[in-house]
Amino acid sequence: MKARAFSYFRAATIDQALDARARAGDDARFIAGGQSLVPALSLRLQAPRLLIDITHISELRGVRREGGYLRIGALTRHCEMLSEPLIAEFAPLLHAAAPFVAHPAIRNRGTFGGSVAHADPASEFPAMTLALGAEIEIIGPSGGRRVKADDFFVDLFETALQPGELITAVFVPLFKADQRFAFDELARRRGDYALVGCGMLATSTGERIDDIRISFFSVGNTPTRVKGTEATLIGSSLGAERIAAAQAALEGDLAPPDSDEVPPAMRLHLARVLLGRMLGRLGERA
Amino acid sequence: MSAPLTSLDRPNSYIGRSVPRPNAKRLLAGRGRYVSDLRLPRMLHAAFLRSPHAHAKIISIDVAQARALEGVHLVAIGADLAKICTPWTGTLDHFKGMTSAPQLPLPLDRVVWAGQAVVAVVAESRAIAEDALELIEIDYEDLPVVADIDSAREAGGPLINPGSGNNVCFRSQLDNGSVDDAFAHAAHVVEEEFCFGRHTAVTLEPRAIVAEYDPAAGALTVHHATQTPYQFQDLYSRHYGIPEARVRVIATDIGGSFGMKLHVYHEDMAVVGLSILLGRPVKYVADRMESFVSDIHARDHRVRARMALDAEGEILAMDVLDLTAIGAFSTYPRTSVVEGNQVIRLMGAPYRFKNYRATLEVIFQNKVQTSQYRAVGHPIACAVTERLVDMAAVKLGLDPLAIRAQNLIADDAYPQTSPTGYRFEALSHQACLKRLHEIMDYDALRAEQAELRKSGVYHGIGIAAFVEITNPSPAFYGVGGARISSQDGAILSLTPSGEVRCLISVTEQGQGTEAIISQIVADQLGLAQEHVKVITGDTEVTPHGGATWACRGAGIGGETALQAARALRRNILEIAALILQEQPSALDIIDGEVVDAGTRNQRMPISEIARIAYFRSDTLPPGTQAQLTVSHHFAPQGYPFAFTNGIQGCSLEVDVETGFIKMLKHFIVEDCGRVINPMLVDEQLRGGIVQGLGAALFEECRYSETGQLVNGSLADYLVPMPMEMPDIVIAHVETPTADTELGAKGCGEAGTAAASACVLNAVNDALTPFNATINSIPITPAKVLKALKRF
Repeated sequence: MKARAFSYFRAATIDQALDARARAGDDARFIAGGQSLVPALSLRLQAPRLLIDITHISELRGVRREGGYLRIGALTRHCEMLSEPLIAEFAPLLHAAAPFVAHPAIRNRGTFGGSVAHADPASEFPAMTLALGAEIEIIGPSGGRRVKADDFFVDLFETALQPGELITAVFVPLFKADQRFAFDELARRRGDYALVGCGMLATSTGERIDDIRISFFSVGNTPTRVKGTEATLIGSSLGAERIAAAQAALEGDLAPPDSDEVPPAMRLHLARVLLGRMLGRLGERA
Repeated sequence: MSAPLTSLDRPNSYIGRSVPRPNAKRLLAGRGRYVSDLRLPRMLHAAFLRSPHAHAKIISIDVAQARALEGVHLVAIGADLAKICTPWTGTLDHFKGMTSAPQLPLPLDRVVWAGQAVVAVVAESRAIAEDALELIEIDYEDLPVVADIDSAREAGGPLINPGSGNNVCFRSQLDNGSVDDAFAHAAHVVEEEFCFGRHTAVTLEPRAIVAEYDPAAGALTVHHATQTPYQFQDLYSRHYGIPEARVRVIATDIGGSFGMKLHVYHEDMAVVGLSILLGRPVKYVADRMESFVSDIHARDHRVRARMALDAEGEILAMDVLDLTAIGAFSTYPRTSVVEGNQVIRLMGAPYRFKNYRATLEVIFQNKVQTSQYRAVGHPIACAVTERLVDMAAVKLGLDPLAIRAQNLIADDAYPQTSPTGYRFEALSHQACLKRLHEIMDYDALRAEQAELRKSGVYHGIGIAAFVEITNPSPAFYGVGGARISSQDGAILSLTPSGEVRCLISVTEQGQGTEAIISQIVADQLGLAQEHVKVITGDTEVTPHGGATWACRGAGIGGETALQAARALRRNILEIAALILQEQPSALDIIDGEVVDAGTRNQRMPISEIARIAYFRSDTLPPGTQAQLTVSHHFAPQGYPFAFTNGIQGCSLEVDVETGFIKMLKHFIVEDCGRVINPMLVDEQLRGGIVQGLGAALFEECRYSETGQLVNGSLADYLVPMPMEMPDIVIAHVETPTADTELGAKGCGEAGTAAASACVLNAVNDALTPFNATINSIPITPAKVLKALKRF
C-alpha cells in the first residue's frame, strides 16, 4: 500500500496553482487535507505524476460575511466548522453536521472545499450545501464563476468543476431568525459513512412552512435534494398527517442503489424513518 | 475472594494485586520495538502479487519487465521456492480421516482463493516492489468457484481439490446416552438453525516478519510478530532443512495477536525462502488490505440444534449438526477443524443433562483459510446452547435466570464429566449465577423493561452461561503429532547486584504476561517487583515452551515461574544459611533481605549473598558451589484441561424502526481460579467481551458469489469502537485448580465466549412483543428490520 512516485509542488498563490496545473495537464491533482486523495494514492486507485499543494494559499482561507452570505474559504477545516463562531451563528446546519463527519483526526485535516469538490455522495457537507442553497465559487484557467449547489453535483464523484478548476470558497446564505434547521444520520458506528443521512432548512411564518430545502446523503450517486417531498410540506404546519405525506413522497424522490448490505427498500425505509423523526423535531421547535 | 488462605498469602504478596504492567509506559511512550520498526543493514522489502480469482489455473506468468525494473533484486514464483522449501499439510493424527492438500509458499499451477499470493518481488523499498508488481502479467483460466456451504456439499458439484471425491475436510460424531429416546419422551422440544458469520482478528499491528539468512554461518534469524516463536523455529528448521540450533526466532513487541499470529502463512514462509535465496534480510509487513484477504478468518458455522426438556424444564438432551466452511485447505500446523471440534464438545457444557449427539462436518471452499481465533468454538457452542435455553424458557413460561438455576451443574457436584466427555475438576456456575443476579439488579431491569414497552421503547435482557477451556495438556496438539509444546520453561538468575532475571517461554502480545510473571517471581522470592526483569520471545535465550496459545500464560507459564522461583529461593537460602551459620528452614526472604523466619529480623540482603557467591566464593566453606541460576520446566498434569466458567448478562435497546441496537450495559461474573492481577484479568475480560460484541453486532467477512471478499477494508469491515460499547461490570468467583500450586486458570477467552450469545438472547428478548426472532450473527439493522417485516 505505497503510492506510486509523484512530484510535489507547493503553490503560494492561486495563480501559481493554476499555472502548475496547466503545465502538468491532466496528470496533476490539487491536494489540501488529503483525507480522500491520500488513501486513493496509497491504494494506487489514483497515480498522478504531480501533486499541487494548495494549503499555503491564503486567499483560500478564512470565514467572513460578504453581503447576504457567509463566505467559507475552501481550506476551512472540518474542525473549524465546530470552532468558528461565525459558522455557528450564520450557518448552524454546518455546525450541526460537523461532529458527524468522520473522526477528530480526519476533521483536523479535511477541508470543506475538498469535501465539496470530491462530492462523495455519502459525505455530510456536499449534501448540506444543497440544503443551504449554497453557491460554489470556482476559479480556473478561464476565470472565476459561481455555481449554485443545485447545479454542482452531476454524478458519482462528478461535479461542475472542469479540468484545472479549483474551488475557492462556498457562499452560504446567512441564517435568519425565521429559519429552522435539522441534521441527523443513521450510521452503524459514530463517524462511519451513514446508511442514510439528511439535513434540512425551513423558513416559516409561525407554524406554517413557507419554504423548506431537504437534502439526503448516502442515497444515490449524488447528494440528493428531495423536491417532491419538500413540495408536500410547503404551506402547512408540520402535523403528523403532513409528515406522513412527506414520508410517502420520498419514494418519488429517491432511487437508492443496490448494495450488498443495504437493499434499496431498506434504505428507502430508513430515509422515511429519519425524515419523519427530523420533521417531528423541527415541528416541535416552531 | 472466596479462595481459602494458602502459602501464597504471605506478607507483601504480589499475587492478587493490581500492579501496573512494567512495559505499559514504554509502549505508551512510543518506545515499543515492533518488527515493522526494524531496519537491518542491507535489508530488502518484499511485496506479493495476489490472485484476483477465487479459483483459477495459472497458465503463464511473465515477470521479465518486473525483473528489469531498477531496484528489484528478486522476483520469485512458486517453482523457485519449491526447490528449497518442503510442502506442509495441515492435518493432525487425532482427527481421524481428515484430509488437506499440501501447501507451498507460492502456488505452482493453481490458485484457490482470491488474495492468494502468487509472485513475490524483493526490492530496495516496498514502493519499488509494488511498482514491480504492476509490471507482472499472469494469465489465468477460471475454474468453478465454491463460495458457500451448500454448493460445497452439492453432490456432483465443483471440487476444490482435484482427485478428491468431495469437498469434505473432516467429519466427526459424538453419541452419548439415548438421544432418540429422550427426544421421543420429552415434554418440550426447541429447535433452531443458526448462522455465524466469518470474521477475522484485525490486530492493531498487522502480520510482520524480517527474515535474515546468513549463508556464511548457515544460520537463519527471523524477527517475527508471532505468539509462538518455538513453533516457528521448529517449522523453519524442518521445512528449510536448517538445523534447529541455527534457527533463531525473535518475537519482541507485538501489537495484538488473538490467535491470528500462530499459524503458518504462505507469505511468511516465502519471506524466509527469499532471504535464503538472496542471503540478505527481507522484510514483509502485511498492509491492511492484505490482512483482510490473507490473515486467518474464523467461525463461519451453520448449526442445526435441538434441545429436549421435561415438563418441569429439566434439560434432557441435545442433538446438534455443525456445518463449518473453512478455506481451500486446512491451516498448518494447528488445522482448521479445532473450532468445529470445540463447538460440538462445548455444547451444553454448563448443564447437567446426559444425552448428547453431535455431527460435525468441516467443508472446504474457495476462501482464505480459517483457524483458531480468540475463544475458538466457544461463542458458537455458547450461543446455540443459550439461545435454546431461552427458547425453552419462553415455551415453559420460565424466567431465563430460573431455568438456568434449575439446570446448571450444582457447585458441590464435582468432579463431573460432560456429556461430550470433558472432565470438570470444579466449577462455580450456581455461585456465578447468584452473583450476576445481584450485579445486574436483574429484577429492576425486568421491571424497567416492562414499563418502557408501554411507551414503545424495547429493551432486551440476555443471559449466557459458559465454560472455557484453559491450561491445555498435550491432549490438545501433542497427541495429534504436532510439535507444539504444552509445557513451559523458565530460567531464573540472581544477578550480582541481587536482582533477578527471568527468561521464560510464555510470550507477551499486550496482555500483560510479563507483568504477571514478574509478580509471581517477586512474590515467591520476596523481592520488589521492579527488581525482577522478565525476558520473553527469543528462542536463542528463552527455554523451549508452548508460548501463547489457547489460554495458558497464567496457568502454565505462571506455575513454571512459581516453581522456578521456589527453586532459586531454596538455593539462595542454602548459601545464606552457610554464611549465617543457620538452617535454611530458619530463614526467609522479605523485600530482598534474608530474615529470621520466626522473628523476621533482618540478617543480610540477598545482594550480599550474590556478591559473595559471585566475587568472594573463596570465603564460602570448601566444596560449596552456589547455584544462583536455576531452570525449571512445568507440564500440566492431572486434568487434561483446567476448565473455567462464568456467566454474562447484558441489556440493550432495539430501535424497532431503524433496526439499530444500542448496548446499554454488559455484566460478567467469571471464575478463572486464582486471580494474579485483578486489573489485567478485568481488562482481558473487557477486551474479550468487546470482541464478542463485535461478532454479535458488526464483524463479518462478506463474500460475493464469485468468492470475492467485498468488505476487505476498515471502512467496510466494522470493528467495535468505543462509542458503541457499553460499560462492562465485572465480578469474580475464585475456584483455584488443585492441579497446580498457583491455582490459576485462564481468562483470555471468557469474555468472547459468551458476549455474542448474550446479545443474541437480548435482541430476541426485545423482539418478543413482535413475535420476531433472529438466529444469526452479526445482528445487522437489515436482519432486525427483516425480522420485523419493515421492508
